[in-house]
Amino acid sequence: MLSIKNLHASVEDKEILKGINLEINAGEVHAIMGPNGAGKSTLSSIIAGNENYNVTEGEILLEGEDISELAPEERAHKGVFLSFQYPVEIPGVSVTNFMKTAINESRKANGKEEMPANEMLKLIREKSELLEIDRKFLSRSLNEGFSGGEKKRNEIFQMAMLEPKLAILDETDSGLDIDALRIVANGVNKLKNENNAVLVITHYQRLLDYIIPDFVHVLMDGKIVKSGGKELAYELEEKGYDWIKQEQEV
Amino acid sequence: MSKYTEDDLKIELETKEYEYGFYTDLDSETFPIGLNEDIVRAISLKKEEPQWMTDWRIEAFRAWQEMIEPEWANVKYEKPDFQAISYYSAPKKADPNKTLDDVDPELLAMYKKLGISLDEQKKMNNIAMDIVVDSVSVATTFKKTLAEKGIIFMSISEAIREYPDLVRNYLGTVVPQRDNFYAALNSAVFSDGSFCYIPKGVRCPMELSTYFRINQAGTGQFERTLLIADEGSYVSYLEGCTAPSRDENQLHAAVVELIALDNAEIKYSTVQNWYPGNKEGKGGVFNFVTKRGICEKNAKISWTQVETGSAITWKYPSVILKGDNSIGEFYSIAVTNNFQQADTGTKMIHLGKNTKSTIISKGISAGKSQNSYRGLVRISANADNARNFSQCDSLLMGNNCGAHTFPYIESKNSSAKVEHEATTSKIGEDQVFYCNQRGIPTEKAIALIVNGFSKDVLNKLPMEFAVEAQKLLEISLEGSVG
Repeated sequence: MLSIKNLHASVEDKEILKGINLEINAGEVHAIMGPNGAGKSTLSSIIAGNENYNVTEGEILLEGEDISELAPEERAHKGVFLSFQYPVEIPGVSVTNFMKTAINESRKANGKEEMPANEMLKLIREKSELLEIDRKFLSRSLNEGFSGGEKKRNEIFQMAMLEPKLAILDETDSGLDIDALRIVANGVNKLKNENNAVLVITHYQRLLDYIIPDFVHVLMDGKIVKSGGKELAYELEEKGYDWIKQEQEV
Repeated sequence: MSKYTEDDLKIELETKEYEYGFYTDLDSETFPIGLNEDIVRAISLKKEEPQWMTDWRIEAFRAWQEMIEPEWANVKYEKPDFQAISYYSAPKKADPNKTLDDVDPELLAMYKKLGISLDEQKKMNNIAMDIVVDSVSVATTFKKTLAEKGIIFMSISEAIREYPDLVRNYLGTVVPQRDNFYAALNSAVFSDGSFCYIPKGVRCPMELSTYFRINQAGTGQFERTLLIADEGSYVSYLEGCTAPSRDENQLHAAVVELIALDNAEIKYSTVQNWYPGNKEGKGGVFNFVTKRGICEKNAKISWTQVETGSAITWKYPSVILKGDNSIGEFYSIAVTNNFQQADTGTKMIHLGKNTKSTIISKGISAGKSQNSYRGLVRISANADNARNFSQCDSLLMGNNCGAHTFPYIESKNSSAKVEHEATTSKIGEDQVFYCNQRGIPTEKAIALIVNGFSKDVLNKLPMEFAVEAQKLLEISLEGSVG
């Protein structure tokens, strides 16, 4: 699904990613953990195509195709989805209208007709039920005046609507109380199948109690320094990151 | 050669008047350039106007001569040379040899985006077309329906001939001849425009639009509109066409007067899209327009405008709330891009008791443009319990444009409630990236954000107009994000 090879990236001449290698297959859930400033959010932004970062070396392959030169919307059309850590507000644009636009733009890019209104309504009903979202919520302006939990739930709702091949969840657990966390995680689990993949970026092991990863990677100082199974997350929770640093130095 | 001045012209005219032969040369389509009393008389004669109309124009012309072009607006431009303009240009006959192939392809591409039909495109470009039986019958049905209700809707020239008393009774009562420099000029030389009268208690069954009628008549750049809603009547009026007009004449100085008698309601919607000039700021229309309405008891006037065109816009659709319990509304979206400058807003003059006004203004600036809101809320001493709510929001795109707000509040009555809110925001890269990430390309993302920002005003437009206005916003801002 996603194959990252020797990825180097910088922002304003400061190198942040220093040679990342990562293989994610369809049907897998990967988690990237690491201390603050390790480059976790940078990695997710770069996969999504944020132009504030320069890829200086390496490649990002999605289903074998190098996407590192593509515009962010083109990557989205190919099935890359990023659940933002800080979703932005767009006043006056309802969640429904936003989703309608997004879905139809992707369909257009993939040579399909616009989705008929009744089909769209059906999809909205189905997905909002899946994520326990009150439909009144969908006519509100996108993220405007949303609580932290509502914003994150809205991100997952959009993921459900767009049905991406690769979903990147950037710190989706931050700002969520335990009930919201459960709902969001359940949503992700319901959407997961053998044809898509999920990359969870998180600080804490908490979210991984609900979204069980197949692989856990530790990102430190722009490199993946350790990979393992889900038990690695517990180990990190218990011991912190220092022991890995020491291990590295040795 | 030294510069030809107004004095030179005056002398020349005094001596050579008959050589010019305005009166014998009436068949020609365009008058010679320049403005003097003879030109004003010639316009009036050409239009077969009664003596009182000619006198009215002359009075306006004399007032105009004494006036000075206003300079207080927040716009910079080279003042037009009023003696270098031709003040009358008869509707040109369609050139039978001209086809759509002769029209600027850029313009055609724009029409296509706006979804304007081929027939309409032909009309707009003065291209001969076969009369389509359907549209003829539609026009007839339309006229018949209106006539049955006693509604008069025709060009102002026709109205001056056919309903002189009505016109004479109301013309200049809301915008007097000497109201301001451009209104005086318009009063002297107006070439055509619309007239509308809704009889007592009649609810106009359809949206009246100058759209098709202007296409027919090919009115000039000094339009005069007079709209009278008699007691208890209602009308919704749409003005302007949503296609870009490549006006050869730079100056557009229209006057619109609305009269809402007791319990009447007028909803007046405008989509203005005159040629804004090119990307370097060359050319474009100077749009100096005076629009004002007066409300008698319990009457309501609502102005809604979407302004995307013109190089310079100077326009303040206003309401005089004369009658008790009357209501004035102003909903505006003004978009400026490249080198456009807009100074637009409204005046709400509260005279009657319990009068209410609402102002919602949305300014969007892009490129190197300047966008100003200028509004006056005046509460007179007798206007007990008057209320106003104003909201002025500005949206900036990029770092080279400007947004300005000039709200004036004058209250002479202590029971008045006046509220003013203003915000300024910028389209953020993070908003655009968020949209991009969801598969929405940048141009579309900007349109979405702008439409969201303008929603409160777009919602006030009649349905089919709102759709066109949305598309227009999109087109106006195309290429504004680098």
